[in-house]
Amino acid sequence: MTNDPLLKVTGLRTHFSSEHGTVKAVDGVDFQIERGGILGVVGESGSGKSVTGLSILRLLGSRNATIAGGQILFHGEDLLTKSDREMREIRGKKISMVFQNAMTALDPFFRVGDQLVEVIRLHQRVGKREAKLKALEAMELVRIPEASRRLSSYPHQLSGGQRQRVMIALALSCGPDLLIADEPTTALDATVQKQIIDLLAEVNRELGTAILMITHDFGVVARLCRTVAVMYAGKIVESGEVARVLEKPEDPYTQKLLGSVLRMRSEVRRVSA
Amino acid sequence: MVGFLVRRLLSTVLVLIGVSILVFLIMQLVPGDPVRSMLGQAATAERVTEVRHQLGLDRPLIVQYLDWILGVLHGDLGQSLTLSQPVSSILFPKLGNTMILAGGSLLICLVIGVPLGMVAARRQYSVVDRGSMFVALGGASVPVYWAGLVIINIFALKLGWFPTSGMYDTRNPGGFEDVLVHLVLPSVAAAVVPTAVVARMARGSMVEALHADHVQMLRASGVPERLVIWKHTLRNILPPVVNIVGLQAGYLLGGVIFVEVVFNWPGLGGQLYTSITAGDMPMIQAGVLFIALVFVVVNLVTDVAVALLDPRTRKEA
Amino acid sequence: MTTATLTQPAATAWRRRSQFRLATRALARDKVAVGALVVLTLVVLVAIFAPLISPYDPLVGDPTIRLLPPGTPGHLLGLDGQGRDILSRLIWGGRYSLSVAIVPVLCAGVVALVLGMVAGYFGGRWGELVMRVLDVVFAFPIVLFAIAIAAVLGPGLVNSMLAIGITLVPYMARVVYTATVQESGKDYVEAARAAGLTEVEILGKQLLPNVLSPLVVYATTLAGLVIVLAAGLSFLGVGITPPAPDWGVMTSDGRQVLLEGYAHVATIPGLMIFIVAIAFNLLGDGIRDALDPHKQTGSRN
Repeated sequence: MTNDPLLKVTGLRTHFSSEHGTVKAVDGVDFQIERGGILGVVGESGSGKSVTGLSILRLLGSRNATIAGGQILFHGEDLLTKSDREMREIRGKKISMVFQNAMTALDPFFRVGDQLVEVIRLHQRVGKREAKLKALEAMELVRIPEASRRLSSYPHQLSGGQRQRVMIALALSCGPDLLIADEPTTALDATVQKQIIDLLAEVNRELGTAILMITHDFGVVARLCRTVAVMYAGKIVESGEVARVLEKPEDPYTQKLLGSVLRMRSEVRRVSA
Repeated sequence: MVGFLVRRLLSTVLVLIGVSILVFLIMQLVPGDPVRSMLGQAATAERVTEVRHQLGLDRPLIVQYLDWILGVLHGDLGQSLTLSQPVSSILFPKLGNTMILAGGSLLICLVIGVPLGMVAARRQYSVVDRGSMFVALGGASVPVYWAGLVIINIFALKLGWFPTSGMYDTRNPGGFEDVLVHLVLPSVAAAVVPTAVVARMARGSMVEALHADHVQMLRASGVPERLVIWKHTLRNILPPVVNIVGLQAGYLLGGVIFVEVVFNWPGLGGQLYTSITAGDMPMIQAGVLFIALVFVVVNLVTDVAVALLDPRTRKEA
Repeated sequence: MTTATLTQPAATAWRRRSQFRLATRALARDKVAVGALVVLTLVVLVAIFAPLISPYDPLVGDPTIRLLPPGTPGHLLGLDGQGRDILSRLIWGGRYSLSVAIVPVLCAGVVALVLGMVAGYFGGRWGELVMRVLDVVFAFPIVLFAIAIAAVLGPGLVNSMLAIGITLVPYMARVVYTATVQESGKDYVEAARAAGLTEVEILGKQLLPNVLSPLVVYATTLAGLVIVLAAGLSFLGVGITPPAPDWGVMTSDGRQVLLEGYAHVATIPGLMIFIVAIAFNLLGDGIRDALDPHKQTGSRN
């Protein structure tokens, strides 16, 4: 019972129709995340990793994308069979997602606090005052300085790192079981990147929130994740415990990906020696 | 924010001065000698010089301008040549009537144009979208005087639903409802072009807003689509929409003369037309100045409103 | 001494010729724009060949058959209040209505081009000042401004053209000015200067074609507005006056009899104005799209 994985994806296929024919962005992908686990999905751009994340929450927009097959079991229930309304109750509440574009992910016309309250009141039956308190809690959880003042700020009045934290606060405000993070650190400075990664690790430790980390950076995976799946052209070419994959990558593509990272690392070591 | 307001107000004052100078200069363009045409061909040269001196028309232009503008600032716009009344007493009440007409048109423009644009954007590339934008393109090219005549023909003459002209029934003026019934056709005619322009523009802004990144975040947080549209994207497109509506107010003020002429609406435009036909220069001068003034104020209000509506204009907290 | 490599100015000239060809080809693919162009050409041709095409004299009317509706044998579009054939007046009217729209746009365009480019290229602060002064005109609704000038100058074809032309210059000059300022900052201008071209050559060969594109788009769309405005001036009596068969005059003539139940006299010429205005707007949209480098490659949205 408690040994069942939180999320189990089997045979996921997501196709896009374009003027050049059908593009199989995700072509038969299997992975799972345990409760409180942290899985990293690594790949270069075009590998299908972001589409995988969006497919789980069915956020693809119906115009040319279709989920062509597979199963996404969350708490044992297949998300692909759920209605729109059921999905809306899951998004933001049971499974949340944060994106790369922290700069533009918040509505510039509403105060930060109001956006938090909106999502909180959407998923929980609480009054305005209680919702505000929960919003404040969420802000403090992500360690935003002067959280209560920041609640009445507009997004453009915050720095990039702060906006990313607010996005995470928004995602965590209703206590989801799983957080999907799609390249959350790519657009940030190195120091801020580190802070956000540490924050995510802390959230996982303290709250037990599972994390699906989508990234192209193996360094992030090494810091944060326990298991990893390497994606290439819509398929997973290698997966397993992070420590093992880093030590002994079996797939040539993984080796190639790691190779550049390790080379960079050894160069840096040589320079600083 | 305050700095912006101050700067905008200052530039408005400068523009108003410029506008008054321009209006004054335009009036100087009148070909021929106004005194001579007033007195007729038989007048002697001395009589012409005498009258010109009486009217102060022999003073340097700058002096004439300053004299006029000082009068204007005191509410004295001169005397009508044809109606033997002070210009201001004729123009002020008519200004109100024009505002009613413009108000009615703007209302139609907002109530029809904005939702139409939003719906078209939601169903981008669909039949509804292409169809309504096609109609809007046509609508934006319509000559307002022709539209007015066609509307009168169909809805007043053939169908008899509305009166053909005027602001109220001259035989038994009926108050609010009477004016309302008379208001419908002229404001619809005047609203055709602005509604079309606003619809196209609202669609464009809406498409952009719908593809904004934060919309994806909202959906990922489980926000229902109707809130995404009516709470968030509507709020996002408010600044550009208000901007374009303000611009349309300007268009309305320019075209109001046509509508008022076609529908015999007793407003500023109609009065301007009568004055032009009669060659009543002080009236023409004042009428043009008035409309330009309102236009400048409307632009100022629009700019301020747009700045207030966009939180990004506010400085760092 | 000439070298084997293409000199910078020659290279840009060659590039521009092929850009022009790309634009024309893109325009040719745009069916709506082509349709609009066909309509406009037809209207112009009809106006030019009016004496050959028009069935009757537009100025001569038979009061005994006044106000007969469209479809009356021998009078396809009916007769007006003075018994004149409407179709003939419509055909001849094209000469007035089109010239009072196109001539001012062309003339104002030339003036605006010179003014805008000089102010934009040499201007600096003086250029900005000149533009600021012109900005006062923008404080007027464009239609009101034209009416005011036309009212003051008096009626007539030439005065109409003058009034509209004067009104258009600031609007077109601003477009030219912003384009010139934008282009002047670009690298190829520096390169041309370094290659030793004179200022006039730079203005003429380098800047002019790049400034011309936005102006042409603007002018074509403006023409749509101008045709409505010009007819509007005549409608109000401050433009072309009766008995000239200008479409605006015809619409105004028709206004009186509309209330008596004879709508065709006013609605037909007004419809003509509408059609030509739409055609100009569609053509302007088409030209703008054709000049857009993204669209030129022919890929669909």
